[in-house]
Parts: sequence; C-alpha cells; structure tokens
Amino acid sequence: MSPALVADRLTKRYRRTVALDRCSFAIPERTIVALVGPNGAGKSTLLGCATGLVRPTEGTVSVLGAPVGDRALPRVGFVAQDAPLYRNFTADELLTMGAKLNGDEFDGAFGRARLEEVGIPLDRRVDRLSGGQHAQVALCLALAKRPELLLLDEPLASLDPLARREFLSALMDAAAERPMTVILSSHLVADLERVCDQLMVLRSGQVKVLGATDDLQATHKLLVGPPQRRRPRIAGVGQIVSASKAERQIQLLVRTSGDIVDPAWDQFDVSLEDIVLGYLAADRPIELLDLEEADA
Amino acid sequence: MIGFHVSASSAVPTYMQLVEQVRRALRLGRLEPGDRLPTVREVAAAVTINPNTVLKAYRELEHEGLVEGRPGQGTFVVRSLSGPSPQTLDKLRTSLESWVDQARAAGLEPVHIRAVVDGTIGSLLDAEESA
Repeated sequence: MSPALVADRLTKRYRRTVALDRCSFAIPERTIVALVGPNGAGKSTLLGCATGLVRPTEGTVSVLGAPVGDRALPRVGFVAQDAPLYRNFTADELLTMGAKLNGDEFDGAFGRARLEEVGIPLDRRVDRLSGGQHAQVALCLALAKRPELLLLDEPLASLDPLARREFLSALMDAAAERPMTVILSSHLVADLERVCDQLMVLRSGQVKVLGATDDLQATHKLLVGPPQRRRPRIAGVGQIVSASKAERQIQLLVRTSGDIVDPAWDQFDVSLEDIVLGYLAADRPIELLDLEEADA
Repeated sequence: MIGFHVSASSAVPTYMQLVEQVRRALRLGRLEPGDRLPTVREVAAAVTINPNTVLKAYRELEHEGLVEGRPGQGTFVVRSLSGPSPQTLDKLRTSLESWVDQARAAGLEPVHIRAVVDGTIGSLLDAEESA
C-alpha cells in the first residue's frame, strides 16, 4: 500500500518558536490515525501543512502521491478547529456553495442525504444549530467532497459525550462506506481509542511515536523491578520510554525488541493511553531517575 | 441479526470481543446457519469502532469456518456451535468426576490420568471416523 501522507524533514518555524521540527513519517492509506499531543505540540501546524494552508519553512509534505498543492487538494477534505462555517447560511446553502466552489466531484445529494439521516434540518441557519449538529454539518461538507484523505483538527473538543459518539459514528459510517484515510487530532487519546488503528504522538514539534495501535500495544510493557543504581540493561528491551521511581521499586515503560524473561522484572500490559502518556512524559527518562549511564 | 457491544475497559482486544459475541450467539442458538451478520458499515457506525476492526473480526470468524462472506450479499453463518443442553453436560461431567476419583484412588498421577483419557478418546474417535 502506498502512503496517504509523507513528510520529509518537515519543519515550520514561527518567529521564535519551532512548531514542527524535522518531522519525517509516512501514514499508510486507508487507516484512521489518532494524532495526539498536548496543546502547542504542533498538531494544527501539521494538518495545516498537509492542506497547503501552512507553508513549511523547510522540508516537504506530499499527500496521495503528489506534492501538496492544486493537484492534491481536490482529494483532501479538511475541517479546521471549531469547525468554522458561515453562520448565517443554512446547511442546504452551504452544500450549494460547496458544489459551486468544488466542481463536479462534490456530491451535494450525498451530503443532503447524510444530513437527513442524522436528523439535521437542511433549512435552518447554522447559528441556530446545536454544537453537535454544527459539527455534523462541517463533517458532512467535508465528506460531500468525497475526499480520499480527511483531516479533522480537534473535531471532538467542543462536543458533549453524546454528540461525540454521534460524530464518530457518522465518521465510521463514512469510513466503512468507501476507502478513505482519516487523521483526527485530539489532546485526549481516550476519545479516539475505539476508532483509530494508527497512533501518532506529537510533542514539541517532533513525532515521538507512530504505528499501528495493535503493534504498539503488543510491543510496549510496563516493567516493575528493584531500584537501580545504573541504567538497567534488560534483555528484550529495545527502548526505555519513560521511568518513575518509588522508594522500593522503579517502573519503566519500555518498547520491547523481543521477549522479556528477566525474573527481576514483573511485566504488565499497557493501554494506549499509558503509551501516549509515556511518550509525552520525558525527553530523557533515565536522567530523571538520577541514574548513571552504564559504561559502554 | 445480533447487536454488538464493546467494552473499552476490557483487556480483550476489540475485534476479539466481537468474535466472542458471535461465538456466544452461536452457542446459545441466537445465530444459526443461514443467518446474515450485520454489514461492516452497520457495525462500525452502531458501535462506533474502526471498520478495519470489524473486518478483522469477520475474517477471524471466517478463518474458524463459522461464517462465510458472499460477495455483494454479506457475511453468513455457515456452522452452528449450539451443543448439548446444560443438563446433559452436567450429567456427563458428574460421571467423569467419579471416574477421575477412581483413577486417583488407584494411584494415578494427573499426567497419567490425562494420558489415559486422551488415549481412550483418541482411539474411540479414530475408530468412529474410519468406520
């Protein structure tokens, strides 16, 4: 499968801040990606670069096999944070506008049918709709474009739990209806755990981890063992992601490179949320433990 | 048609939860050969889960020979799992328990007991199959 989105040393600097710092990654097509990171991690900038709304300082992005730009744009759908819409337009008028701005591939009939299915009045002005309905209209406009890549920036942030469920249900319906790659950003992974099959963690403008959720859960373990004076070397551990210390024991979140059979360490399975928190926790986990680097 | 549900707090992977719900429905006779499973799209939207997860579950069920995908029509149950009634099972279990007690009284270790059971079942079933 060819990737839906490829970034190569993608960098975006604003005056004093680095929003994206040499990000290189490839997102497989037909996956649903949870793009997770704290506020200010660079999530919106990353999505902006993928749409062409943000111009990279250095590096490149390509989507669906073409550089970001006019050729790729008709195949990309994007809903910005807070789902901005013309507030005095009705959903019906927005779909008409979408058709006029986008051309033949925009499927207004599909959009109207979808909105009727989720019970949204086509003739009501957008500013008279509830938050959940507003989000559904924005999603529907993006889907009516029949995109192959759909980018959603914090789509759930302003929604109550029921509206979240309804929004994700509509999105899953669309993803099952025809092949599509979806990237959703959020600062909470719990919201997306059921719907994503890829996880990407962004922190301080850098990609900390990207992979299939099944693989990530299979290769990450929590190890609990005795206090250490030096950086522990444990067979089967590829990377120590994060560490925390109590008086009598230390806990390590590790990425495994094989089976761990060391009897000194108890091992436990971790949730996707544990993995996210681990990668967000620290740049240099071992230094936090005041351990000496082992001699090479 | 059966409805699926998914528990986020379960340690069982989501696709496996779906597989187990189908197996259970088959064992209880709620699903029978010829029944159609809901489409991937219906499950993904109703349960709010990734369509690939549903596909994975259906592929696993297909691999186990319980269901069969028919292009353009859907996924259909082809095998039943409903077994004997609980009363029958209880009766059989009780008689097996008394046999195990006899075997222990005769001084057999668990390993030997298992070997005798496996050997007996194996030869009986083989004879039945070749008959």
